[in-house]
Amino acid sequence: MKYMLLFMSPTTDWDTPVDGCDFEDWIRYDREMKDAGIWVSGYPLQDLTSCTTVQVGPAGERTITDGPFAETREVLGGYDIIDVPDLDAALEWAARSPGALGGGSVQVRPIAEIEVEV
Amino acid sequence: MPDEGAAGTRPVGSSVEAVFREERGRLLASLVHRFGDLDLAEEVASEAIEAALVHWPTDGVPSRPGAWLLTTARRRAVDRLRRDRVLATRLAVLQAEAERTDPAPPADADRDLPDDRLALFFTCAHPALPAQDRGALTLRFLAGLTTAEVARAFLVPPATMAQRLVRAKRKIRDARIPFRVPGTDELPERLPTVLQAVYSIFTEGYAASSGPDLQRTDLAEEAIRLARILRRLLPAEREIAGLLGLMLLIHARRAARTGPDGGIVLLDDQDRGRWDHRMIDEGRRLVLVALTGGPPGPYGLQAAIAALHDEAADVASTDWPQVVALYDVLLGLVPSPVVALNRAAAVAMRDGPEAGLALLDELADDARLRGYHLYPASRADLLRRLGRYGEAAAAYRNALTLVGTEPERAHLLRRLESVTAEEPAD
Repeated sequence: MKYMLLFMSPTTDWDTPVDGCDFEDWIRYDREMKDAGIWVSGYPLQDLTSCTTVQVGPAGERTITDGPFAETREVLGGYDIIDVPDLDAALEWAARSPGALGGGSVQVRPIAEIEVEV
Repeated sequence: MPDEGAAGTRPVGSSVEAVFREERGRLLASLVHRFGDLDLAEEVASEAIEAALVHWPTDGVPSRPGAWLLTTARRRAVDRLRRDRVLATRLAVLQAEAERTDPAPPADADRDLPDDRLALFFTCAHPALPAQDRGALTLRFLAGLTTAEVARAFLVPPATMAQRLVRAKRKIRDARIPFRVPGTDELPERLPTVLQAVYSIFTEGYAASSGPDLQRTDLAEEAIRLARILRRLLPAEREIAGLLGLMLLIHARRAARTGPDGGIVLLDDQDRGRWDHRMIDEGRRLVLVALTGGPPGPYGLQAAIAALHDEAADVASTDWPQVVALYDVLLGLVPSPVVALNRAAAVAMRDGPEAGLALLDELADDARLRGYHLYPASRADLLRRLGRYGEAAAAYRNALTLVGTEPERAHLLRRLESVTAEEPAD
């Protein structure tokens, strides 16, 4: 079963270093997932200053805006998709990630597998 | 619902019912273990029970009723999976994965069904589920209550409860919350939610405010039954002994807890001769188990405090120094203001109302106690004992603006009247 781990970082703490959340810790976490054979895909994201929002209205008109910027408490900093037997295993990987430390949190979302008849 | 029929008035009704009461939880657990799906398990368990209600009155109750029910239910499930290919495909995937990760269930020589209930306890009380639904799921699947009965237990309309159960089951399925017993290393993290779910069923039995629902002993007894099952399944876990002991030591007072007017009688005023002393003895033995062989847990400590109350002839001769000492340890484990409040009341009994009042004043600014009626009520009691009737009256009035339940209101009003009568002497 596939789960997406969404790493939510507290925006206010962007510059404060937190133990266990260094670049090297992320590299190690990445390697652990790949060694365990459960990693499917995943990327870190650039910060919100590079974000652009697109909306399409009822008449097909496009609105393109800069942002959003951090009005919310937490910002998505990256994600991984893993393939593990059940939620307990997914929660275990979430808890081991550097993203769960220092005021950050990890949201664990099951991937919806849409079955298509062949 | 078809399983409602279990409460019917058939000729062999009572023996059939007794069997179901015992077997429904086991049956559901075995079916969930085998097919990995709560809905399918519920459905075929109901069908098997329905079939039993048709066959047993004429053919007699089989010698191994549990095995009969399981075989019947399994056949129905297999039929159902033959008809429903989509479900079969989905469950086949689940089964393959379950077999990869699940060890064989423990065999139980005494019974005619394997016991898969422990895994189901952990599923129903999984921390990924909303706390308020864990007790309901546990009642539904482990105690084997119908949805209507679970709704009655938590005093919500059946449709509301049905919706909550559907949502919880959907999360179990969609997020794939597993049916498995956590490893020994995971138990310290995972057992507390199971214990809490069972205890929430027990406290619900005592939560009603008045009337015929003031004490729902059947619900409290259901929680005790569940704790006994847990204790058999995990005999080495001392906090289970603590929880079972705590519930027995509180439940032992049930006969003295209701006054002639149907109102609540508080611990101080209860006729201790009406307490259930056999139950107290069992509770005390469990306290010993809970507190021996390692650091105590919160349930073991609360049970020990309950035991000290149950052992005392009256309030005055209660071993208050020991009660305070236990609260000290409990407060270290559970730094909650409610525990601190109870500790302050015990200190007032040990060292006098002045000392208790000083501790309560330290809690005055705790936001978590704001709106909690027992804080001003406890203050009022201590002020009354100090003869500061004017302040006591004010505190009782404050408590009365917060208290919700009728018997407690009545109690506070009585106290308010008694201090206002004294007030001129203030």
